Amino acid sequence: MTGKVRMDPILSVQNLSTAFKVERAWRPVVRGVSFDIGPKETVALVGESGSGKSVTALSIMRLTPRDSSRVTGSVALGGRDLLKLPDAEMRKVRGDDIAMIFQEPMTSLNPVLTIGFQIAEALILHRGLSRSAAEAETVRLLEKVRIPAAKSRIHDYPHRFSGGMRQRVMIAMALACRPKLLIADEPTTALDVTIQSQILELIKALQEEEGMSVLFITHDMGVVAEIADRTVVMYGGEAVETGATDDIFKRATHPYTRMLLSAVPRLGSMTEHARPLPFPEIDRSTGLPLPQDEIPDTVAHAERPVLQVKDLTTRFTITGGLLGRPRGRVHAVEKVSFDLRQGETLALVGESGCGKSTTGRSVMRLIEPQSGSVLLDGEDIMALGERDLRERRKLMQMIFQDPFASLDPRMTIGAAIAEPLAINKLASRSAAREQTAELLRRVGLSPDMASRFPHEFSGGQRQRICIARALAVRPRLIVADESVSALDVSVKAQVINLMLELQASLQLAYLFISHDMAVVERVSHRVAVMYLGEIVEIGPRAAIFGNPQHPYTRRLLAAVPIPDPARRHEKHRVTNEELKSPIRPLGFEPPDRLYREVSPGHMVQLPSEGPSEAGLPVAA
Amino acid sequence: MATYLIRRLLIAIPSLLGISLILFTVLALAPGDPFGELATNPNVPPEVRAALRAKFGMDDPVMVRYLRWLAAMAQGDWGFSFASRIDVDTLILQRVPTTLFVIGSSQVLALLIAVPVGIYAALRPYSVFDQIANTLAFVGFSLPTFFTGLLLILLFSIHLGWLPFVYQADIAATGWRWYWEHVRQAIMPVTVLGLFQAASYTRYVRSAVLDVARLDYVTTARAKGLSDGAVTRRHITRNALIPVVTLVALQMPAVFGGAIVTEQIFRVPGIGSLLITAMLANDTPVIMAVTFVFSCLVVAFNLIADLLYGWLDPRISFR
Amino acid sequence: MAGSTLASPSADAVALVPDPAAVAAPRPRGSETWRRFRRHRLATVSALLLGVIVAGVLLGPWLWPVRIDEIDFAATLQGPSWQHPFGTDDLGQDLLARMIYGGRISLAVGFAAMLVSTIVGVIVGSLAGMSRGMLQGLLMWVTDLFLSLPQLPLLLLVIYLFRDKLKAAFGVEGGIFVMIVVVIGGLRWMPVARLVRAQFLSLREKEFVEAARAMGASRSRQVVRHILPNAIGPVIVAGTIEVSAAIIAESTLSFLGLGFPPDIPTWGRILFDAKDQLDTAPHWAMFPGAAIFLTVLSINFIGDGLRDALDPRRVI
Repeated sequence: MTGKVRMDPILSVQNLSTAFKVERAWRPVVRGVSFDIGPKETVALVGESGSGKSVTALSIMRLTPRDSSRVTGSVALGGRDLLKLPDAEMRKVRGDDIAMIFQEPMTSLNPVLTIGFQIAEALILHRGLSRSAAEAETVRLLEKVRIPAAKSRIHDYPHRFSGGMRQRVMIAMALACRPKLLIADEPTTALDVTIQSQILELIKALQEEEGMSVLFITHDMGVVAEIADRTVVMYGGEAVETGATDDIFKRATHPYTRMLLSAVPRLGSMTEHARPLPFPEIDRSTGLPLPQDEIPDTVAHAERPVLQVKDLTTRFTITGGLLGRPRGRVHAVEKVSFDLRQGETLALVGESGCGKSTTGRSVMRLIEPQSGSVLLDGEDIMALGERDLRERRKLMQMIFQDPFASLDPRMTIGAAIAEPLAINKLASRSAAREQTAELLRRVGLSPDMASRFPHEFSGGQRQRICIARALAVRPRLIVADESVSALDVSVKAQVINLMLELQASLQLAYLFISHDMAVVERVSHRVAVMYLGEIVEIGPRAAIFGNPQHPYTRRLLAAVPIPDPARRHEKHRVTNEELKSPIRPLGFEPPDRLYREVSPGHMVQLPSEGPSEAGLPVAA
Repeated sequence: MATYLIRRLLIAIPSLLGISLILFTVLALAPGDPFGELATNPNVPPEVRAALRAKFGMDDPVMVRYLRWLAAMAQGDWGFSFASRIDVDTLILQRVPTTLFVIGSSQVLALLIAVPVGIYAALRPYSVFDQIANTLAFVGFSLPTFFTGLLLILLFSIHLGWLPFVYQADIAATGWRWYWEHVRQAIMPVTVLGLFQAASYTRYVRSAVLDVARLDYVTTARAKGLSDGAVTRRHITRNALIPVVTLVALQMPAVFGGAIVTEQIFRVPGIGSLLITAMLANDTPVIMAVTFVFSCLVVAFNLIADLLYGWLDPRISFR
Repeated sequence: MAGSTLASPSADAVALVPDPAAVAAPRPRGSETWRRFRRHRLATVSALLLGVIVAGVLLGPWLWPVRIDEIDFAATLQGPSWQHPFGTDDLGQDLLARMIYGGRISLAVGFAAMLVSTIVGVIVGSLAGMSRGMLQGLLMWVTDLFLSLPQLPLLLLVIYLFRDKLKAAFGVEGGIFVMIVVVIGGLRWMPVARLVRAQFLSLREKEFVEAARAMGASRSRQVVRHILPNAIGPVIVAGTIEVSAAIIAESTLSFLGLGFPPDIPTWGRILFDAKDQLDTAPHWAMFPGAAIFLTVLSINFIGDGLRDALDPRRVI
């Protein structure tokens, strides 16, 4: 980076290529990748799924499967080529000179060993410490990664820790032998956004303290902007562009990098637009965005809302103990109320466990709510019998997070799209075939794909198929449950554009459930922020993003990484506040919540009297 | 952990009751009077016959008979063997240790073979060793125990004359010689049963290790710089054994079935051969009692499996 | 639609991902399954072997028309010869003819008992997998209870108690056949039930079933169109293994002298009769033992091949 003097690199990767053996043929996954990592430098390796970024990291560590992979090129660490070291020498490098943390904190720790043992293992192995010395050092490491009451926790097993805390344990394990280089493979991808910002801050702070270099692998341009000095953009197994992070963001030259950057939703980029905005189209040759028009106003302001939800409450009983008696309740959805108009998108946002998905499923009665009313076109869904409910469901359809899981693997996609027509007896066989073809065209696929099976499609295509299936019964309302979260950024942009276009042409109402604040800012008319089963703030999108009132909304927005290195903010201190759980004792009834109207349609929950049961610190 | 154990114990009680109910139902549904045999059996003295009829109250309602039978079983009053002219509980107590010895040794043998072979094969999937082990495992559990038993007798007793093929409870020898004779006559029954179980256990261990070996925490352990041996010992084996314990527990009824056959082939004086003898002699009280003892043993082994499970998996106490 | 689509170079970058599911060429499912099955060489050989055995016992009486109960005291306990390819037993009866006859019974018991146990298992398992609360708890308790029953002793007990009655009702052969099939099937449905339930529990939470529910599909449609077809692969594999388990169970009963009577020479029964002449006429025991072993082995290998072919990603 500009401020630092370039010194001899800690790690120098030259012409690294990795191939995997698939059905007796070698399939190249990484092709001729070269980059250096300087002392105390953070290099980001960014790319979409299948770009070969994780395989690059595993190849550096020589952790790819021995028999079915082949790594060539050179990886120089302090003058030694790691790829040529004997196995025993390489083991001394792992965990000592180079340490690694992984994406899934929930599965990266051994469930049957205490965390103290797992951290001490590396200390005993590489530094030859005695057991007691290793234990003392382990406590120091746990304190270093800001785990509260470290001393009392070293004998705990991983299942006693939350995801964020487990990732801290992983980091402590990686730091055990003061490595020169830390490889972090998507370390925050599985975490909630507020926890992600904690972990990013922690990695930054520890890098300063320990003076180590970091190779940070991610798909998230926001995280790149937040953390990296230099960036390597990978595409199709090759490093297509390498440079200082600032330059990459401002003066990218490769069309793919430009395309990637233009498809990244940026929080705060929508302040000048009143309505949702599709992502810009990209000129394929230059990677530059083409000029675009705003979409017209789709919301039917005058009519009765298509969906009116009042005091919706869904609770689950937790059983336990000797006889399996109820022990407590998960207050998943607690007195949630909102309206949704034809042609409008209401986003439900929040972190895991906040009840946003349960709200979506409760509205459709896929999960049976406890109480409250759900009016669809003025008719109470909650009062319907099973047969009427099935009949009524065609007015509201759902699109799920994982398009592969939501398609029956044994059904052709043509049959899948025609199924709702068959169930509701809406069309004859031949008419259904025609409609299927028309629907496939509508979502940008070709009608002759109807006879193929889901596994023959890519993720983005599968999500288009799911959208086509949802549209088959001409619904008025679509519940989109994290529908674009699992997609790569460029595919995500395409699917969002499709959804916006369908809204304009079909007057669809979307209940858009998402944890991704930047996407929500782009697509929604109104936003409801959920926390521990309750809506804490609801209002027009501009009001929520421009003038957040509730402390939780503010915290959530502050945690979102901004894909702009210039706005790399001075972060607040590293907290280690965990997500709270909505589990309550039996018989607990939350107090009545009061809301304050900040501006027309913008409501904020007032802190309740007495101790804050919801666990939220009462804001001054 | 304590809650978990108490819970498992409490679940075992209704299981035992259910099993006893099934046994009694089978007996009650059986055509004719199950004690009708007594009338024709010359071995049974008339007074015993009368006492039995009175005790079992053959004319009472079924529920009353069941409860009475259950109470008698619980108090250790298991009736009288017509064929052996001795109390059933005494008879069974004489025989149980032999059965437990044979089953226990064969299980130890099975695990001693299956765990190392299964782990070694799984860590080199599709290697020559793996393929040979896999094929042998298939051969192993496709060979019925009665056939293996006959093959072993043919080879080691008849052709080579190395091992005795009749098991003797009282060996006329003392000291080392006594132990040696015991081991010698146990070799074939234990091998037959042990190899059969080892074959299926090897498959369980192999697939469990294959599943564990590709988990993230194994990569974490390797990234720490641990040697392959240490990764296998500390991180793979214990986790892989957790599902194996469940599968082994599910195999227990089959193991006891195998024990009956083996005891029958080698004339081992355990409760398995007792059952067959009693059936051929129409000795109903013994048949009922032995079947019930087998059920109790299965339940007991399941409890042991639960204990192991709790010890292997710290998450148990959390659930 | 195409107009609003981003011209992204990575839109379908899937070709670069080593995703075996996406790479598979478009091919009808049936032939794809057969192609994967054939890759399992032992399973293919086993299928051929089992075919030969089945054809042999079915067509045998025409190819080798020798009576099974023709007693010839001049030729007792003879080893294999041209006149008696498998030798003779202690009454001079031709072993090949007896084994062809017994093989029909052994295989018929295996398939019939498999049908009983699979049907009961699928019904109990689907009921437990679709119901919640009390019914599910009860069904699983009963399943676990049956699982911890010592099967062989119970099998022996039932046969001991009921054989005379059934013999009277269905005749010697029919009665014992029905009893053995029902009892073996009735004591072996639990693994299938647990398997089906586990499949149902995982499948009913799958998003494609939820999607069907959201489309307004009735419960029976969800089960018939979406859950059962996806659960059937492992059930077929389990059913295959059930055939071999039932053959072993029947042979074991006969071997203990408590299955079919001496005039119905199933493979297990021949072994039982042969075991006391092991020293003088080992061939008598070897042929039926080898027949049981080869049949069971080939069925087990076929099951393994089907597991690979139907279930490449191992759902369970």
